[in-house]
Amino acid sequence: MNNNKKRCNYKKLFNNTLLYIFLCLGFLIMVFPFFWMLISSIKPREELLSYPPKFYTLRPTFEYYKQLFTLVPMYRYLFNSLVVAITVTLTNLLLSSMAGYAFAKHKFYGNKLLFTIILGSMMVPWQVNIIPSFIIVKKLGWLNSFYGLIIPAMVNAFGIFLMRQIISTIPDELIDAAHIDGCSEFYIFWKIILPLSKSGLATLAIFTFMSQWNNFVWPLIIIHKSDMRTVPLSLAVLNSQFGNNFGLLMAGSTVAIVPMLLAFVFLQRYFVKGIVFTGLKE
Amino acid sequence: MKIRKFKKQLISYLFILPAFLILTIFVFIPVIASFFLSFTEYDGISPPKLVGFKNYINILFNDKLFWKAVFNTIYYVIFTVPLGIACSLVVAMALFQKIKFSTFFRTGFFLPTVTSVAAISVVWRWIYAGDRYGLLNYVLTKLGILAVLQDWLMQPSTTLPAIILMSIWGGIGYNTIILLAGLQSIPDSVFEAAKIDGATSWERFWYIILPMLKPVMIFLVIMSTINSFQVFEQVYIMASTTEYFGGVLYSALTIVPYLYERAFKRFMLGYASALAYLLFAIIFVITLIYMKISKFYEQ
Repeated sequence: MNNNKKRCNYKKLFNNTLLYIFLCLGFLIMVFPFFWMLISSIKPREELLSYPPKFYTLRPTFEYYKQLFTLVPMYRYLFNSLVVAITVTLTNLLLSSMAGYAFAKHKFYGNKLLFTIILGSMMVPWQVNIIPSFIIVKKLGWLNSFYGLIIPAMVNAFGIFLMRQIISTIPDELIDAAHIDGCSEFYIFWKIILPLSKSGLATLAIFTFMSQWNNFVWPLIIIHKSDMRTVPLSLAVLNSQFGNNFGLLMAGSTVAIVPMLLAFVFLQRYFVKGIVFTGLKE
Repeated sequence: MKIRKFKKQLISYLFILPAFLILTIFVFIPVIASFFLSFTEYDGISPPKLVGFKNYINILFNDKLFWKAVFNTIYYVIFTVPLGIACSLVVAMALFQKIKFSTFFRTGFFLPTVTSVAAISVVWRWIYAGDRYGLLNYVLTKLGILAVLQDWLMQPSTTLPAIILMSIWGGIGYNTIILLAGLQSIPDSVFEAAKIDGATSWERFWYIILPMLKPVMIFLVIMSTINSFQVFEQVYIMASTTEYFGGVLYSALTIVPYLYERAFKRFMLGYASALAYLLFAIIFVITLIYMKISKFYEQ
């Protein structure tokens, strides 16, 4: 009996060791590209192309970052990306929760039908509507402008769906009581619904900001002037113009990636919540 | 009374109006418009010319490049989806154990999920660099796996596999998050009952965990198939230069990059719309098949 228990312990120890070795290896594979990017962006030129490659540097340099910010108007690109991501996030929060509130709590003609149409549009791949969207934006004269980058993204079906689900969980009694007290719909929305759906709003905010910051295809299609590029688009342009200057490219990638990585490390809970939510629709 | 009810409804519509307006202009109308465009020839400048089914016929019967793209896409999907989900399942099972530093490990595995695919693709171009200081070449030659240095993204035979490897790496985070949520939703009592019955950990995995994860797995398979069919940024960044698009000899040209090239480099907007609807049809049929299969298994 005792012997058996001991063997069991050994087996457990063995299994646990295997588990940790696996996790550490996996962790290394997942994180190493990011480390490699960082270290390559601060190595001096000779070390960057040295053999064997070095996984550390004793002479860190910001040469490539200087290049990045002088060769192209990187400040401007960061500014563009920030303006677009922040504006789109704010409009998404407002418009999605407004629509979500009406769909969740109001009885009106066509509620079910309109919501089904919105849900249905989530099934359509973006390639299907990108060509007419491009034509519409072009006809409106919004190519190469913040209008073109922001207005089509002001709201999306996913956000409306998320906010509807969140607002549905708010008890009707609260809203009814406010009605009896004579509050207007807008007052109820602003003072009761929004404060009670904070966690949903946080998730939506982070998700929207992330997808806008990382958005590549839409800017690629509608931005043809240098000074309206966003960060990912400018990176793609650098990639095709300076394809072999990997120090510069790694500096650019760091600028594009690190803000999201930091945000993720601190706000992981909300990110995970949002991702899990995408898995729970239907 | 009627007026009040009408006013109340009006307010509801006001709440929906801004969102609905945006979606109508940039989603609903475009979905229908591109259907009509797919039956026309249109360069974005002169008015669209109606050509009937010509685009579809040309794509399906005269366009070798389209079939190359379809073949490449299927190749990409067949490797990315099962391998990606299998790796993620292993990772999720490992992270599901009671381990120390679990937040630390989780953060590491989830990192690629939040980063821009375009930027990540640039980083992997550097890892795949063809000379001996290319990280992958260095590691593989050091381990003795590789004798000759490979220029991963310049050789037709290795371009698409290289992109597949990166996509699997990049997808593990998302899949793992979903799988972990699925694992956490399995009631503890199920595990305890299995333990009391003396099930080994392998039996527990195979007969209890896997069947209970089935809905989540089906969802993941559908989602990652759909996403993989739409692969674009990796191909655009890693396999395109000024000289070629979608890999040397189109070795990594998949459907969406091809669509992009037709629509926004050659301005064959009608033709590209037809491509978009064909892609939509493929995705739709695959989703239906999966749904049928999952229904079949549920009975």
